Amino acid sequence: MFDLDLWREIFQSINKNRTRSLLSGFTIAFAILLFTILFGIANGLENTFIELFGTDAQNSIVIFPGRTTKAHKGMQSGRRIRFKNEDYDYILEEFGNNVEYITSKVNRNVEASFKGAKDSYQVRAVHPEHMYIENNIVEKGRYINNSDLENRTKVAVIGQVIDEDLFANVESIGKYINLNGIPYKVVGVFSDDEGDNEEKVIYTPITTAQRVYGNNEYIDFIHLTYNPKLSYDQAIAFGNSLTRKLKDKFDVARDDQRAIRVRNFAEGTKGVSQMMFVLNIIVLFIGSGTLIAGIMGISNIMVFIVKERTKEIGVRKALGASPRSIVSIILLESILITSIAGYVGLLIGAGVLKLVGPGLKEYFITNPGVDTGVVIGATIILIISGALAGYLPANKASKIKPIVALRNE
Amino acid sequence: MLKINQLHKSYKIGDSSLHVLKGIDLSVEEGEMVAIMGSSGSGKSTLLNIIGMLDVADSGEYILDGLPIDNLTEKKAAVYRNKFLGFIFQSFNLINYKNALENVALPLYYQGLKRKKRQELGMFHLDKVGLADWAHHLPKELSGGQKQRVAIARALAANPKLLLADEPTGALDTTTSYEIMEFIQQLNDEGKTILMVTHEEDIANMCKRIVRLRDGVIMEDKAITQVRASQYV
Repeated sequence: MFDLDLWREIFQSINKNRTRSLLSGFTIAFAILLFTILFGIANGLENTFIELFGTDAQNSIVIFPGRTTKAHKGMQSGRRIRFKNEDYDYILEEFGNNVEYITSKVNRNVEASFKGAKDSYQVRAVHPEHMYIENNIVEKGRYINNSDLENRTKVAVIGQVIDEDLFANVESIGKYINLNGIPYKVVGVFSDDEGDNEEKVIYTPITTAQRVYGNNEYIDFIHLTYNPKLSYDQAIAFGNSLTRKLKDKFDVARDDQRAIRVRNFAEGTKGVSQMMFVLNIIVLFIGSGTLIAGIMGISNIMVFIVKERTKEIGVRKALGASPRSIVSIILLESILITSIAGYVGLLIGAGVLKLVGPGLKEYFITNPGVDTGVVIGATIILIISGALAGYLPANKASKIKPIVALRNE
Repeated sequence: MLKINQLHKSYKIGDSSLHVLKGIDLSVEEGEMVAIMGSSGSGKSTLLNIIGMLDVADSGEYILDGLPIDNLTEKKAAVYRNKFLGFIFQSFNLINYKNALENVALPLYYQGLKRKKRQELGMFHLDKVGLADWAHHLPKELSGGQKQRVAIARALAANPKLLLADEPTGALDTTTSYEIMEFIQQLNDEGKTILMVTHEEDIANMCKRIVRLRDGVIMEDKAITQVRASQYV
């Protein structure tokens, strides 16, 4: 394979028929170009959707209590529904298998200060699992833990932006931050790749908040992620049955849309992933169709070349060429033309995407492009394509009988 | 050198079969120069093809330099051809996009020699046929006689035991034919065994022995007094 002389033979043969090789490579280059651009655009669309959803867990279900809008079981409409710790326990009890992570939440806006610096921020009182649901990354120290919950400790995990704003040149970990007059010990700093707003947040243990804000068991809302093993349909069914059970528990009419609202990401994600699936199939279909046409083109031309070179192959055989060496010449020539042409197509395609990519943002296409995986995949596909295209002609060439090829016409 | 016993060969043409060689017995000693003659259809080309391992006999025995040639796979035939035989064709059969030197060096490539060695040996043989100055010319830039000399250099390159020539002068004018024959005679003088098919009496008379075929059998096999080609040049 890495026989220099063999490659010299192949280059000589390609060089001898430059136009022919160029033309046969053109279809392949075009196929890969088309494929790259289509694939890049599909990628760009997907990127847009991912950006819209943020990096919160895609399998989120958020449950908000509200006010009833329908009279039910002798109770008037307008009744306020409030979740308590027992509702959190109830969900775990009833649907434990379907839940991956779950947290209760109490949100408050607070005035936070450290020494002279102060600003207003949102406090979110949560369970430790919240870290995975929100995709928070602990930069320093630690997150809320179970011992905080049990002991109702006054600890705070602050966002990176707060760390910079309030603790400009001071190490924040271990210091006390004042939240509406109550000092909390800073135990960690987190980052969130959704941006600054998500980093202007302070997390505290849910139990601490419940004691501080009225010594009750109330929860503002519940955020959970469903078991990732669930299919979209199963996840949607889970969300529906969760809604129904909670409505029953709070004696709310089942068709009351306001009393308990459940936002199930599975519904949106299902649509997007189905659309992406269909889009990818279309791209694959068009791309592979063109590629097959290209392969057939090369194969066709190689057959012609073999026919044209029948005499030469006969001479080579008479001079001692083994059938194998004939096969490798034809096969490698085909693979070489295919690969080079394919890479030209890939490069042009990637170049076009790079050039026009930024201008496509308004058409819902973000960062269209191809990644290393695609390039490696394309390389493998090209080599296989070249081998496929060359197989038939090479086989034909190896069967050439020198006696027939050399017969004087 | 070469021994053939009761060689038979027939070709299928549609439903009937054509019996081309009907029991050929032939033995050639080292250093001989044999012309095989016969009208077309006499089987002379078939015989040369079988000797050249380009075709396989139906039955009979063929021993080349003590080595029985039978059960040839394509691969084995390729190795034997490369090692034992040099071919000279009527239409030269040079590879048109390779220059003279590359053409001469091709059998050496199939012997697995290094490029440098191939170039060296190729030049040596080109020099021997008097075409060292033409090494980097393509076949289309050469005259017919020059092309045949390149082909002879190519046949010699692998240092074969036996040189097979199929109408080597068939495509050349008389003067050039004699030049080529003079050269082939020189090779024979140096000890090469040569077997050629021809239908030209004057060319055959320049060999040392004439074997005449008719309808697949040897009609006549006689030693002759060689006519030197140099006297015509």
